[in-house]
Amino acid sequence: MILWWGKKKQPDPKTGETPIEPLKSGEAPASPLASLDRRLFGEAPVAPQPVAPDDDDPIGLRKAAARIAAERAAEAAAREESVLHKLSEGLRRSSSRLAEGLAGLSKRKIDRESLDELEELLITSDMGAKVAARIAKAFSKDRFDREISGDEIKAALASEIAAILKPREQVVDFSEGPKPRIVLFVGVNGSGKTTTIGKIASKLSAQGADIVLAAGDTFRAAAVEQLKVWAERANARFISKPSGADAAGLAYEAVELARNENRDLVLIDTAGRLQNKTQLMDELSKVVRAIRKIDPTAPHDVILVLDATVGQNALGQVEAFRNTAGVTGLVMTKLDGTAKGGVLVAIAEQHPLPIHFVGVGEKAEDLHPFSADTFARALVGLDD
Amino acid sequence: MFDALTDKLGKVFDGLTGRGALSEKDVNEALREIRVALLEADVALPVVKKFIDDVRPKAVGENVIKSIKPGQLVVKIVYDQLVATLGGDEEPPPLKIDSPPAVVMMAGLQGSGKTTTTGKLAKRLREVERKKVLVASLDVRRPAAMEQLRVLAGQAGVDALPIVDGQLPPDIARRAIQAAKFGGYDVIILDTAGRTTLDDQMMNEAAQIAEIAKPQETLLVADALTGQDAVETARRFNERLPLTGLVLTRMDGDGRGGAALSMRAVTGLPIRFIGMGEKLDGLDVFDARRIAGRILGQGDIVSLVEKAKAEMDLAEAERVAKKMQKGLFDLEDLAGQLRQMQRMGGMSGMMDLLPGVKNAKQQMAASGIDDKMLKRQEAIIMSMTPHERKKPDILAASRKRRIAAGAGVDVAEVNKVLKMHRNMADMMKKIGKGGMKGMAQALGGMMGGGIPGQGPQVNQAQLNALKNLGGGQNLGGMGGAGAPKLPGLGGGLPGLGGGDKKK
Repeated sequence: MILWWGKKKQPDPKTGETPIEPLKSGEAPASPLASLDRRLFGEAPVAPQPVAPDDDDPIGLRKAAARIAAERAAEAAAREESVLHKLSEGLRRSSSRLAEGLAGLSKRKIDRESLDELEELLITSDMGAKVAARIAKAFSKDRFDREISGDEIKAALASEIAAILKPREQVVDFSEGPKPRIVLFVGVNGSGKTTTIGKIASKLSAQGADIVLAAGDTFRAAAVEQLKVWAERANARFISKPSGADAAGLAYEAVELARNENRDLVLIDTAGRLQNKTQLMDELSKVVRAIRKIDPTAPHDVILVLDATVGQNALGQVEAFRNTAGVTGLVMTKLDGTAKGGVLVAIAEQHPLPIHFVGVGEKAEDLHPFSADTFARALVGLDD
Repeated sequence: MFDALTDKLGKVFDGLTGRGALSEKDVNEALREIRVALLEADVALPVVKKFIDDVRPKAVGENVIKSIKPGQLVVKIVYDQLVATLGGDEEPPPLKIDSPPAVVMMAGLQGSGKTTTTGKLAKRLREVERKKVLVASLDVRRPAAMEQLRVLAGQAGVDALPIVDGQLPPDIARRAIQAAKFGGYDVIILDTAGRTTLDDQMMNEAAQIAEIAKPQETLLVADALTGQDAVETARRFNERLPLTGLVLTRMDGDGRGGAALSMRAVTGLPIRFIGMGEKLDGLDVFDARRIAGRILGQGDIVSLVEKAKAEMDLAEAERVAKKMQKGLFDLEDLAGQLRQMQRMGGMSGMMDLLPGVKNAKQQMAASGIDDKMLKRQEAIIMSMTPHERKKPDILAASRKRRIAAGAGVDVAEVNKVLKMHRNMADMMKKIGKGGMKGMAQALGGMMGGGIPGQGPQVNQAQLNALKNLGGGQNLGGMGGAGAPKLPGLGGGLPGLGGGDKKK
């Protein structure tokens, strides 16, 4: 079980259960969204609740909701194992072509030709020609002229890849650090920022965090509404502005609000922007400057959301967003598809940035801490 | 990258010219460089392999050996092959939307840009094809997806099917078709939820929708930044849906667009449109030559020229051209040009499309030159009286102070604009003789006026880029006739161009 929020909610070491206050009946009315939500998103670990009225909580609605949420979180944790299984399954399914190709190398002598082939197969995972060449070379070091089985090849490659990724494996505990901890989400259009924020908010809220969600994508039509639905699901405080409003102003207000209301976390969404759009990147640095007016140490996390289907352009994205917004960590989404996300290996080689989470679906529980071993093994198509 | 490939191939072929014959090893080495170059551009491996096999016989040809620069010639062969693979010189076939209500179904992965593209396509069909368009969102999964399409439809000036909560996608499709029949719509665009091809349930749903709606056109919307997965995604969608074409989005990014080649090769389907930017008018008809150049890293010059053409007010340009011939170019004209540049996406928008100007762009950013500069300069001119704009010579110090106060800038800024105008006016006179060259100088003069200190470096890079354009026959070292011919650039760039007067 992995805790993101919560040294505060750690399981009892003896029983292994998360301490939960008993739920008083009648405190939390069922949301009309609940049934739709369940249908669309399955049994989410979070109880969908209407947003509590403003900052005061006269009838203890929010606290009650938080308790229910915590209970659900405990249930979800019990399922964590099977969910992890799903992750590797998703990744494995997605690696079939590379895996098949590697199997084709089985029982062949490792020579110049088969190494070229290996290199090409690695390239099909989007890790780039250079990294593929390096890994293939490292692989061939003690194995040239030998005949080895497909599984041996896979295991050797997995360990080469995992070695590159291992230093980047870092779960982030949002409960640490300053209060409010300010987290900014950035990335190109359609990479999955809003969904990722929604998932993280749901998770952390379920674990007891008191969150402000700021709908900083004031550009795309209905982006605000999309995040609002997530805010309702996560029972988080939600702040937005009309379409076309200044995103930096909104970020400033969100941080101010979180301070005044003594919230734990501010998660700020931003509009998607391609990294070669100078003006839009300037706008992003303005958001960062606005936040720093309130807290010079903020934003405490700047999370770049990357789409697993993206090819070599992801490298340019990391570089540009690091320069502009000071990215502190990565999330890779859409790993439940056929894309392999191998570009993470190339990124891990070039940038000392932790990879926090991977997304393998649209539900809140489909966001997982990044594991170098699982990722590497799944990439080459090895069973766990 | 394009240059890099030329260099690498140059090295491979260096010293071979005297020998009279290429060994198989030489050719293999060259092909390997091409292979790596294409892979780095995100072209999928199976497609690269096939491509290399197609190029091989041409690359071993006699011409290559005889050629003085075999490297360049091989690059040209690669370029031509890319254009051919991407669909050749011809425009993609038009959408089949003749039998009302014609159904267009959009499909693709999550976040590929389906909803935005639906909005763009609706606008295009309404404005260009004069169709009555209805759009309907079948995305019941992503929160607020339907709301998003409703807003976009409003912006595009088309109708959106009213949202009914709780309805399932197949039912929405039926309702949409009913509504289209009763409402007398020409075209109905069905925007579906994003789905991964591994999700059987969702893929079945898409197939079911296609069965119900019997779309005349089913377009796969894909992100141009997609990597090796492009081939898998295209293949799997093509297996389950009656696809008729592809749309590539985010072509305004700096991705190399190798996905275009992969998807086209694996499905054989025409790439119909490319999406550029988030605004609803950012949907262009696909042009194989542009993408081929881009995969090889030459920048997208053709679009720049086209963009300039589209944004240029022809009547205005003619008026300016006539005035120029007489040596009259007043501040009013300069303001008009500044406005046109802004419409073309400003300096950065234009620079994005030019090859080899990355450094210039960085310098521009570093020296604080941005699109606001254009606006400021326009504001300064607008702070003058019409009389002053016609006769800048009367601008004495007191007038300048008044103008500076009006535009909210220093007097120095006003002086810069005046200097820029003087430089340009001088250049304009020379253009009569110089044509393209004059134009490049004019731009240089303008930049120099606007950016003291930083000017020269930027100028040089820009001039080089523009000279490349002006050459018209060769692009960035491409040695041969296959390079796209540039339609008289002089007429293309707004107002600056000398080409107009020839009309």
